[in-house]
Amino acid sequence: MPKLDPRHATRWIAKPLVFLLCLMPVGWLLAGLADLTGIAQWPSASLGANPVERIQDTLGIWGLRLLLVTLAVTPLRDLGGWPRLIAFRRMLGLFAFFYISMHFLWYLLADQGLDWRLWVEDIAKRPFITVGFTALVMLAPLALTSTKRAMRRMGRRWQRLHRLIYPAAILGCTHFYWQVKADVREPLVYILVLAALLGWRLYRSRQRAGGGRAEKDARQDQDPARARLPVEPLTE
Amino acid sequence: MRIRPSEITPEPVYHARREFLAGIAGLGAAALLARPAPAEELVNVALVQRLQYKRNPRYTTTGKANSFSDVTGYNNFYEFGTGKEDPSRNAGSLRPRPWSVLVDGECEDKGRYALEDLLKPHALEERIYRLRCVEAWSMVIPWIGFPLGDLVKRFRPTSRAKFIEFTTLLDPKQMPGQRYAVLDWPYVEGLRMDEAMHPLAILAVGLYGQVLPNQNGAPLRLVVPWKYGFKSIKSIVRIRFTERMPATTWALSAPQEYGFYANVNPEVDHPRWSQARERRIGSDSLLSRRPTLKFNGYGDEVAGLYAGMDLARNF
Repeated sequence: MPKLDPRHATRWIAKPLVFLLCLMPVGWLLAGLADLTGIAQWPSASLGANPVERIQDTLGIWGLRLLLVTLAVTPLRDLGGWPRLIAFRRMLGLFAFFYISMHFLWYLLADQGLDWRLWVEDIAKRPFITVGFTALVMLAPLALTSTKRAMRRMGRRWQRLHRLIYPAAILGCTHFYWQVKADVREPLVYILVLAALLGWRLYRSRQRAGGGRAEKDARQDQDPARARLPVEPLTE
Repeated sequence: MRIRPSEITPEPVYHARREFLAGIAGLGAAALLARPAPAEELVNVALVQRLQYKRNPRYTTTGKANSFSDVTGYNNFYEFGTGKEDPSRNAGSLRPRPWSVLVDGECEDKGRYALEDLLKPHALEERIYRLRCVEAWSMVIPWIGFPLGDLVKRFRPTSRAKFIEFTTLLDPKQMPGQRYAVLDWPYVEGLRMDEAMHPLAILAVGLYGQVLPNQNGAPLRLVVPWKYGFKSIKSIVRIRFTERMPATTWALSAPQEYGFYANVNPEVDHPRWSQARERRIGSDSLLSRRPTLKFNGYGDEVAGLYAGMDLARNF
């Protein structure tokens, strides 16, 4: 049996698998909608007494989860010594954007109805919605410039632009925290995870700015995959 | 017209049922994993008992009543968890019988009353009320109960009684949600005396013709249909007459968001969301909200209680 090249394993096995995993919440919601509308009997996927709210919350929470997973890729790669992990980052980030966009569209259509004046009023008037909307606006250019071509063309500016994910994630967690009535336990978990992920980056950049710089550069020069590209490679 | 002691599930029978059901759950674990909902319904059905009551035709709605499963499966009762489906899942640990209510404060007939004695003189009636939650969803619920004012009169409140303070049971063993300080337990709510005496305010002991399921506030709860749902306190263990406005739980938790009066009012928004419209649970039109009515549509009857008051200030 021919030995499977790890690059091929990533591309043809691991990536499709992660892709399907990321689609699972959509699958549950579609099964729930099928059950609700009577297209199919699927009581275990039931969307409950308030399907509009359930869909809204499911899309939002998965958007935030995937955003944090995207932010966990680099720390896990470095701490765990798994260089191939970076190959999944773009897909995860795009799925985060997908869920957050769907969350927003569902809010516009199902929660606010088709009256655009209500949309403008609600987004402008309610701080927690303003904050969530701002996060989405920050993420949109990242999704648009996620291609390899955009990365090459933009060079160092690409990396700078994509740092927008940090404020977007902070706003996303704030949006979640502000939305709950009294029980902040769940949003606090997300805030703590985000704090750890951003804290690690801060710690690392401090280290780099100090004595660790030369050592890090030496290591990067030895890594041929890194030497090829001016910025951190997104895919294999 | 009342719950006879014989109609109330004796505690041993209740627990035996629970054990029996737990046994079934153990046997059918695989089936339950696939379909958890019917098993929960089974537990609820075991707890309900038929009540004797008369329908009060004066209090009904044009809207269709929500299904039993909506009413008992989707609500807020933070004592059993903060998710809307947590109460139906977790309220099995509440023991609503035997039950007693402490009556004290500014009244002549203070004391601890057994639930049976409290309910004895009152004829039960069914009233179909709209319920508007502060979270901008609503339901229509056929409650079984009696006017709160009729009970209040029996305790002969003194002239100093200006408000009534109600308190929910405090027992983290029965109410697992109380293990976390999500709110300042026990839950406290209150009404002004004239609000409490208003014929629309009732104490409910049942819904859909049956004894109140635990998750809906068994065995005794308040229903004040012109106010947001959180005013309608559940599983009441204390009724206290006071001269001063009681400090109520949500108003203490977030004073800028929840007031003492909490009258349904589309003109006064919650700071974080609009109160102009509401989603009717179980409604056919999934994607639209209906306009919220001032005083939840009971303005003709109750607006007079607030004549001359600035409702934007006294929200």
